Amino acid sequence: MNRRVMITGLGICAPNGVGVSNFYDSMLKGISGIRFHQELADLGFGCQIAGKPEIPDSLKEAYFTKLQLRGLNSSGLVYGVMAGTDAWKDAGLSLTGKDCPDWDSGIIFGTGILGIDKLRESIYLIDDNNARRLGSSSVMQTMASGISAYLGGILGCGNQVTTNSSACATGTEGVIMGMERIRSGKAERMLVGSCNDSGPYIWGGFDAMRILPSYYNHNPQEASRPMSASASGFVPGSGAGAMVLESLESALGRGAKIYAEVLGGAVNSGGQRGVGSMTAPNSQAVQKCILEALNDAGIEKSEVDVINGHLTATSKDAEEIKNWSEALGRTGKDFPYINATKGLVGHCLAASGSVECVAALLQFREALVFGNPNCHDLHPEILDLVDPSKIPLKTISHRPRITAKASFGFGDVNACVIFKEYK
Amino acid sequence: MEDDHRFTQLKDIVKMYLPEDVPVGAIGMDSNFIKELNINSANLVDIVLDVEDAFGIRLENEDMDRMQTVRDALNIITQKLRDKK
Repeated sequence: MNRRVMITGLGICAPNGVGVSNFYDSMLKGISGIRFHQELADLGFGCQIAGKPEIPDSLKEAYFTKLQLRGLNSSGLVYGVMAGTDAWKDAGLSLTGKDCPDWDSGIIFGTGILGIDKLRESIYLIDDNNARRLGSSSVMQTMASGISAYLGGILGCGNQVTTNSSACATGTEGVIMGMERIRSGKAERMLVGSCNDSGPYIWGGFDAMRILPSYYNHNPQEASRPMSASASGFVPGSGAGAMVLESLESALGRGAKIYAEVLGGAVNSGGQRGVGSMTAPNSQAVQKCILEALNDAGIEKSEVDVINGHLTATSKDAEEIKNWSEALGRTGKDFPYINATKGLVGHCLAASGSVECVAALLQFREALVFGNPNCHDLHPEILDLVDPSKIPLKTISHRPRITAKASFGFGDVNACVIFKEYK
Repeated sequence: MEDDHRFTQLKDIVKMYLPEDVPVGAIGMDSNFIKELNINSANLVDIVLDVEDAFGIRLENEDMDRMQTVRDALNIITQKLRDKK
């Protein structure tokens, strides 16, 4: 069995836009979600800027019951539930009735760590010999699978409900896992996505590694500079993205709108061998992953016309472009259009793959390619391989046919998914 | 009079944990928290914590085991408050 898999719903909770229409507006106009955070300055962080979705309490009430809101202190859970519920509704699906789950619908919703603020709150109580005061919400807000468990309960899904975790590859990996499940006939619909908490307890470790930019605290919107010669580190972010994947039969059967087809994908690891390490990708593995994704999708290298890169705004960006160029065998004006969503939202960590997939899919809906506002000074090694016209600074009109989206994560893990225009 | 007041206080705590399809009016003296009011058993620990805060008492594991109905809870509260004096 090898069934076709469609994208029929999108949801997003991004630093530059909560909800698909706000996010689209920001991506279109190049509006950044990166801001200065006094809290980080007060804590003595080198990097005091971050991408964090702004969620008013009144908005949370539309997604959570009063009981769920009580003691809710897990930002990733909030982002994930909002994006996941939105994607489900965007697909025109309803919440399953009270008595019987929908056996044909499942969830793969990943995260890195969930509910770190709740965990901190719990640790203080426990260290104060007061574990009995934790209440019932500590476990479900801090277990990694809390996000898929919450969504599973809200939507009433009866197929596989799980949480994957592969660092910054999490979101893209989830799309591939969901695709495989539908392809093989084990499910009709899979809600896939990923979320990441915000705040100093998430970002502190990266600040300590000195891989975040520290010279942009006064001009945060210019800090995230993928592909730029002056890129000096990734801006920490957070949020969630979500997609409803659906078999072609199911989508057509209920007359659902289709954003694009998930044509194929691949995941692998560089094994932390060769130049690969815990924190650096093995280029051989990256290129292999891209080629395997093309092979899985059954397309030629020449057919890719848009790339949404991992491109974090570190010195590794040039290496990533080299990997795309070598894997696809394409350079100069023949290179596909490429963009980096991180320029406007920062690096949403475990949520990055899903947030960026949503951006890539909106490009199909709107027949355009979003701009890269912070790379007017392209890295010279990138200029050696790609014609600048292929890296638009501002959003351009272009009807994407085949988009390759890749994400790479700590642990030397890679994921690449291929989306195709649906006609 | 005091009992009525405590019942109202307890009802205010419990109503937060009712499933959507159980009305507040369903909370009676003899209502069983789990079997009749359909309260999730995990939430019983939250009710216990709320009761502790509202009445300034501390409930032990055995109190929680005995707390099957609204009346059980009120009896435990009355006894704890008496012990406190």
